[in-house]
Amino acid sequence: MMMNDMAVAAQAAASASGGRRIGDVVLDLQNISLRFGGVKALTDISFNVREHEIRSIIGPNGAGKSSMLNVINGVYHPQEGRILFRGQERRKMEPHMAATQGIARTFQNIALFKGMSVLDNIMTGRNLKMKSNIFQQALYWGAVQKEEIAHREKVEEIIDFLEIQSVRKTPVGQLPYGLQKRVELGRALAAEPTMLLLDEPMAGMNVEEKQDMCRFILDVNDQFGTTIVLIEHDMGVVMDISDRVVVLDYGKKIGDGAPDEVRNNEDVIRAYLGTSH
Amino acid sequence: MLYRENGQFKTSYAADQQIFPILQDRVAIGALLAIAFVIVPMFGSEYIFRAILIPFLILALAALGLNILVGYCGQISLGTGAFMAVGAYGAYNFLVRIDGMPLIAAMLLGGLSATVIGVLFGIPSLRIKGLYLAMATLAAQFFTDWAFLRIGWFTNNSTSGSVSVAKLNVFGLPIESPVAKYLFCLVVVCVFALMAKNLTRSAIGRQWMAIRDMDVAAAVIGIRPMYAKLTAFAVSSFIVGVAGVLWAFIHLGAWEPAAFSIDRSFQLLFMVIIGGLGSIMGAFFGAAFIIVLPILLDQVPQWFGIPLSTATTSHLVHMIFGALIVFFLIVEPHGLAKLWSIGKQKLRLWPFPH
Repeated sequence: MMMNDMAVAAQAAASASGGRRIGDVVLDLQNISLRFGGVKALTDISFNVREHEIRSIIGPNGAGKSSMLNVINGVYHPQEGRILFRGQERRKMEPHMAATQGIARTFQNIALFKGMSVLDNIMTGRNLKMKSNIFQQALYWGAVQKEEIAHREKVEEIIDFLEIQSVRKTPVGQLPYGLQKRVELGRALAAEPTMLLLDEPMAGMNVEEKQDMCRFILDVNDQFGTTIVLIEHDMGVVMDISDRVVVLDYGKKIGDGAPDEVRNNEDVIRAYLGTSH
Repeated sequence: MLYRENGQFKTSYAADQQIFPILQDRVAIGALLAIAFVIVPMFGSEYIFRAILIPFLILALAALGLNILVGYCGQISLGTGAFMAVGAYGAYNFLVRIDGMPLIAAMLLGGLSATVIGVLFGIPSLRIKGLYLAMATLAAQFFTDWAFLRIGWFTNNSTSGSVSVAKLNVFGLPIESPVAKYLFCLVVVCVFALMAKNLTRSAIGRQWMAIRDMDVAAAVIGIRPMYAKLTAFAVSSFIVGVAGVLWAFIHLGAWEPAAFSIDRSFQLLFMVIIGGLGSIMGAFFGAAFIIVLPILLDQVPQWFGIPLSTATTSHLVHMIFGALIVFFLIVEPHGLAKLWSIGKQKLRLWPFPH
């Protein structure tokens, strides 16, 4: 098992482009089981995520992919199993604690703040970095204004990066779907995360939008060294950009490894194509 | 045609983050303040101050406070009257029991008392939402109604629960004449409106709105729901408490718990909904609508010399008023503030809308 992991890492490192270097394991999930009453969402799942890699989770609908992300960032609490993040075991985990540890995410169904502008949405993503207290903010004196401007500059960088300058003051509810997805990525990036969880960032997009989104994901990974955990249904995209892929089906892990290995895995093929009876 | 932002280029983020980024808005608000501070005190009659402007300002302040909770943070509250009462009786006790307590200090301490009670009754919001939270805050209403009637200590053992304050002054200036009362309320309202605006445009305001719009996503980007919700309750009930102090001290002078009954809570909630949820301006629109419109409706038949009995008039006022509320909610569920901003948007292109 250990040998296998190392071989995979070596292979992934070799295929990595340019300066991006895949490092040690940052997130290690061991024997995770999650139940909702009698429904077993996840059963005894173990896999790990290495620093700077793009790690995809795939599987048919209802396989437990989103549940897996919710476990990683503390929305769901698994009944069994251990989660090690940067070598430390997590005990009681709340979503905002995951955020302070540098884990950001986007949602399958867009979860933007509908009543706020693009700018405010992304600014909200930086809330953990804002240090002024409520009394200073009520007066909006010197330090607070400076802080707002400093963060605004960072947010404008993200807006430039995602090429959404023209809509920065538009309420997000009025934007087309593809742009909303982009804003949501922007909000996640605003926190300057070390790990980014993307839940179907390309669902419902046309080819051009998918290409744009792929480019953004690869750029984020490449420029900022952000570790990415990706759920995606488009196999072309997954096989193209992932370093390693884990395959879930009915809450169980049925495959794990580099894209090529997974593609030729018997169980995976069966899960996706079905079996002849 | 006049309302254009052409040529007003922002070259710094500071300029872009102003409360009123458009020059015309700044001029308009300046003119409005000048009228409110200078012209109105010169020409206003006592009736206008006592019956219209002072209640309008104070209820606008209360609606502003409530709007922070309901409009910005999305936590519904039916306990606004209660928080006003806590502010009023709190300030009263500080004023009566501590010699030489200045009015402003008593007012702020009254606000702080309301903050404490507001946070206490806001704790259920960590577990429940919507109508269920409304029920929990309703408990605050019934509890304070009971407490101020039955616990003699709060009312300095007055038998009827009615208390009064007299000879109010600020820094030696007496607050006795209608003009002085009006100006005092105006200053307080302006200060709190500015601070509320500052809060809503900075980090804490974004946290409130994030909790309102999508609480799971807010938690995932590092907002602590408990902190955001309880600060909203705290700030909201502080402002509402101060409004309660003004209502009792300045507007009524002598009052009993019934002044802050559940009717008041509903009235304020209507103001917020009609004025516009999540808008500072909306609180003022809502208060104006609720306070001024019935008076106008009452006066209009007289202006035209239509002979109507007072009973008919008051029934008519209720009917027209009710119909107008329904009409506005159908035409624009986001309130008068939204209508206002749509109007401004249209004006930017008028008269060449292409």
